[in-house]
Amino acid sequence: MLEAVNLECVRGDRTLFSDLSFSLESGVLLRVAGTNGSGKTSLLRILCGLLSPTQGEVRWRGSDIRSLREEYWKEIIYLGHSNAVKDELTATENLMVACTLAGMDVDREQASAALRRFGLAHCEALPAKVLSQGQRRRVSLARLILSEKLPLWILDEPFIALDTAAVDYMQTLIAQHVARGATVVLTTHQEAPIATATLVTIDLTSRLT
Amino acid sequence: MLTALRCVIVRDLLLAMRRRADVLTALLFFVIVVSLFPLGLGNEPNLLRTIAPGVIWVAALLASMLSLNRMFSEDHADGTLEQMLLSATPLGVTVVAKVIAHWLVSGLPLVLIAPVLALQFDLSQQLLWVLTLSLLIGTPVLSLIGAIGAALTLGLRGGGVLLSLLVLPLYVPVLIIGAGTVDVVAAGLGAQAHFLVLSAFLVIAAVFAPWAVAAALRISAE
Repeated sequence: MLEAVNLECVRGDRTLFSDLSFSLESGVLLRVAGTNGSGKTSLLRILCGLLSPTQGEVRWRGSDIRSLREEYWKEIIYLGHSNAVKDELTATENLMVACTLAGMDVDREQASAALRRFGLAHCEALPAKVLSQGQRRRVSLARLILSEKLPLWILDEPFIALDTAAVDYMQTLIAQHVARGATVVLTTHQEAPIATATLVTIDLTSRLT
Repeated sequence: MLTALRCVIVRDLLLAMRRRADVLTALLFFVIVVSLFPLGLGNEPNLLRTIAPGVIWVAALLASMLSLNRMFSEDHADGTLEQMLLSATPLGVTVVAKVIAHWLVSGLPLVLIAPVLALQFDLSQQLLWVLTLSLLIGTPVLSLIGAIGAALTLGLRGGGVLLSLLVLPLYVPVLIIGAGTVDVVAAGLGAQAHFLVLSAFLVIAAVFAPWAVAAALRISAE
């Protein structure tokens, strides 16, 4: 499904990694590990096509993602460090806008149902500026509940700012998604974030040059 | 695709409505700058009539510049821009939506209030209409060209000043033709040629600007 071929990433004058190749079948969870500054986020941004690698290419079902563009983006969800949550919009509005941008047809009912499942039942109609960091993160992550059909999730530090209950819920959500036969790529500092047999780990620390 | 277009426009209008101060700043700036001229120059009707189109057009340029650097910077800061770049909708469509929303919030109010302000300059009723029409065709061009500058200076320190240096020279042709439209009518000639040139600017900008903005936004994400 997702294939990385000889990826090299140079930021400034520092080579973060080079000759990085891997291939992921469906139903696999890839955990990208590494110390701070080892290039985890850069790798994820390369995988989703926001950043072009200095060398090499990323292939999705055999074709280069730079030629697939919207075809590829239609099938993935990328949640980065920033929550993409607007202060002035309510939680529901934020979620609906995010879904529409991603090309999903989501009505208000589905959006509030997803927020309720993420424990934001009483915050749906509140503007996001009165929500706490963790709650804003939940608004952003609630998109995953509505993205069960997408075959590739790319998540950058999904557990950050979440409380224990929400982390547990995220872990089940990811485990269920992998069990459905989808691919999930995530970065986290936890050793074994999700109990699944198909965990692949890439450690970028050893690749620092 | 149209759903996404509508969604982005509605979202930006909603944001502008909940953050009214930003919108009103540009509008009040326009009103005050235009009103300062009759106050400063005295009440010589012929002088005022001569400078009216130039003053109003220059004030419109500056007022529409005020809100330009906010066009993409907030989306850039909170990560929404990343999601737009990875959207299933072509980026050009999203850009068009952002530009339309920007014009509705910062261009259209100027067009609507311009005839009222022009009364201070003792313009005849016919000239009021010509001025309003020239602003109606001209201000979307300003938003389109400005979007290129806003995308190119995204994430830069001191981007605001650079943005003005980048965009104002490109505004010059629009200013010359726009203000010229009123002048030729005042001189008793037909304004058709001027309106056609102004419309040509709009068509060219509408076709090429979204494409240039999309390319600049992709570079800024790297």
